[in-house]
Amino acid sequence: MPSLMTPPSTSRIQVRPAAEREGRKDYISIRDYGFWYGQKKALEAISLDIPERQVVAFIGPSGCGKSTLLRNLNRMNDLVDGIRHEGDITINGRSIYDPGLEVISLRRRVGMVFQKSNPFPKSIFENVVYALRVVGVRDRALLEEACETSLRKAALWDEVKDRLDDSALGLSGGQMQRLCIARAIANRPEILLMDEPCSALDPIATGKIEELIHELKEQFTIVIVTHSMQQAARVSDRTAFFYLGKQIEYDTTEKIFMNPSQAQTEAYISGRFG
Amino acid sequence: MSAPSDSSTPRGEAWVWFSGLGLIVGLGMVIGLLSLVFLNGATVFWAPPVPVAQLDDGRTLIGQLAQRRIRAGSPADQPKYERQYQVGLRELNGNSYLWVDEARIKAETFPADILGLERVENGPAFVRPQSLRRSDGQVVAIAEPAFEVAFQAEVAAASAVREKLVEITRHRIGDVNAAMEQSRVGLRRAEDLKLADEIAARKAEIAVLDERYALLQAEAAKVTAGGAVASLTAQDAAGREVVVPLTQVIRAWFPNRLDTWGRVKLYGSRLAEFIFDEPREANTEGGLMPAIFGTLVMTVFMSLLVTPFGVITAIYLREYAQQGPLLRIVRISVNNLAGVPSIVFGVFGLGFFVYVLGGSIDQLFFADQLKYNNNTPVFGTGGLLWCSLTLALMTLPVVIVATEEALAAVPRGMREASLATGASKWQTIRDILLPASAPGILTGVILAMARGAGEVAPLMLVGVVKLAPSLPFDGSFPFLHMDRKFMHLGFHVYDLGFQSPDSDAARPMVFATTLLLIILVVCLNLGAIWIRNRLRARFKGASF
Repeated sequence: MPSLMTPPSTSRIQVRPAAEREGRKDYISIRDYGFWYGQKKALEAISLDIPERQVVAFIGPSGCGKSTLLRNLNRMNDLVDGIRHEGDITINGRSIYDPGLEVISLRRRVGMVFQKSNPFPKSIFENVVYALRVVGVRDRALLEEACETSLRKAALWDEVKDRLDDSALGLSGGQMQRLCIARAIANRPEILLMDEPCSALDPIATGKIEELIHELKEQFTIVIVTHSMQQAARVSDRTAFFYLGKQIEYDTTEKIFMNPSQAQTEAYISGRFG
Repeated sequence: MSAPSDSSTPRGEAWVWFSGLGLIVGLGMVIGLLSLVFLNGATVFWAPPVPVAQLDDGRTLIGQLAQRRIRAGSPADQPKYERQYQVGLRELNGNSYLWVDEARIKAETFPADILGLERVENGPAFVRPQSLRRSDGQVVAIAEPAFEVAFQAEVAAASAVREKLVEITRHRIGDVNAAMEQSRVGLRRAEDLKLADEIAARKAEIAVLDERYALLQAEAAKVTAGGAVASLTAQDAAGREVVVPLTQVIRAWFPNRLDTWGRVKLYGSRLAEFIFDEPREANTEGGLMPAIFGTLVMTVFMSLLVTPFGVITAIYLREYAQQGPLLRIVRISVNNLAGVPSIVFGVFGLGFFVYVLGGSIDQLFFADQLKYNNNTPVFGTGGLLWCSLTLALMTLPVVIVATEEALAAVPRGMREASLATGASKWQTIRDILLPASAPGILTGVILAMARGAGEVAPLMLVGVVKLAPSLPFDGSFPFLHMDRKFMHLGFHVYDLGFQSPDSDAARPMVFATTLLLIILVVCLNLGAIWIRNRLRARFKGASF
């Protein structure tokens, strides 16, 4: 715990040693991927493999395409008109653009946590079990069990167990974000996408969420977009640096932060631009 | 470049005053209208003292002051007034109201023995009572101390008799007649199809009903002949003798003897009659119960019809339809629909709902009724259902536009959160978007209700009538009769104001009815606003 409470230092970046675990090395595989919003090319020639049950951080300056790539992993960008892509993304060997794959079932396997916490104006309980309700789970006992498991995993159970029927909108900002994480993991997805999950939170809440990411890594493959280099260094096993829609460097976090092979990466990490 | 102004007031600030002026003018007109309606409408039932006026030509009149106004053509610096008195006794005076030059009134006194009577026929009367002939034949003179008690007792007894009679003749005999009608239709059908069993059954039914009818007639006769009718002998202003049977008297009061509490009680009793009773005397007297009920039921049905239609349409337009030029045209058309004059909707309602839809329903489900009842239509004529549908169509654009805006205002994050958990588009709409946009949708419904409740023109074509024989809701199956014609407050105002045989008598009722209509619309809106605020409270604190 103490390391969580230390304020992020800009002078010295702590790097976690990469802990290679058992699992498929190319669990998520992105190949020659390009993406357009209308005429504007947002991503170009992205190729990277995300291993199973590891945390991968996407870093880069604003507008570099890291969020776009993240939102394409569960096809959230389908909501936007006039999009186009080239190349392919596979999850566990199967293309997410496979016509036989329903986008709904893809999203059930790939959960997502957003930059701004976005709980529904429902009770805490209903928020957590929403993903189960939409697949038609009616059994109250099952829902309650899932709710408790998810909230425990999201380290929120002790704080809300006595007021599950209260509105979720009465929670604090950090609690809301952890509630959103609980909601995202309630239907046991395989992958968890996090789009700057801590950008609106204070350091203590950020610390809790980072701790959570360490624990969730045991079960989920996590892709996190962050603007905080310290956060990327603290939570991720591998880091990808993007700039202007291109993938500049992708390697273990240790390597990226200690010994980057690209000058641009080093410049960004040391704060000379971006 | 002009020199910078050193005034502390920025240029253009004068427009603030103009816009403020606009608000003041608008508010002034609204407040003026409401106070005019309120002052005139709320004082209708108040009973002021009634003067005896001596005119310079030797005539005397007894009447309640109705209006006072400047005489046409009198000089502006020295205005001359004239007064309108409600003198009543229409059968003698020819007219209930009388205009008199104020200059010609020599003296005005307020004698305590003036009696005001509200009567079943011929409007009110203001008389000086002489004697009372009680129902047992005994005569009580005005001078006797027992007069007033005996009089009020006789009035109450006569009222009870009259109400019983109305109950028998209008309601119970009415029910028998309705049943008889059904049986006769059945009999004609049976005879036509030569169904011997049914002919016998129907004939038996008719015989039973005939018997019941005779019984009720006898009962009615017994009620009226139950004793000699009490009557009041009185003099009018000119000294002519007037005999009023007390069964004709609805209410009697001594306007110059009443204390304030007595006047308040009288006001309350008249107000209660106005709200809870049925109309009398070409709608110029009595109550508005059927019109209040009709307006309320029609508005509620309209809202129930327009809300699902409008919401479903808006969901399709906003969430499912391909955004493009075609959709833009559809949207413009929907918005323009809101600007179509309401009478056009009335004509459409008559042509399509009543004749086409109603006619088809009659052909399909009420063929027997048509064939054996002189082609009397059931749904193929104006009625509650068609009125509600016509107004629903008219207010549809309001609900569509409001719902679209409400859906668009739901934070993007909520939509994405739902989709990201693997919910389908429909689940997202049903579970997230609709609840979150419910307050906005209700705002649209409130606007639609406000417009629908006050609309008259289209209703005149599709089912509102001056006087409906029965309410659209009663004790006989299916309880709610969507095919029936009904009365409506807005139409009632029009009918009283412009179609009434006695415009002077109708004038106060126009104001009272208008006030009631405004109050009803305000109440409906307050109800909807209350629901909306409760919904809003659920979403309070949502920060996106």
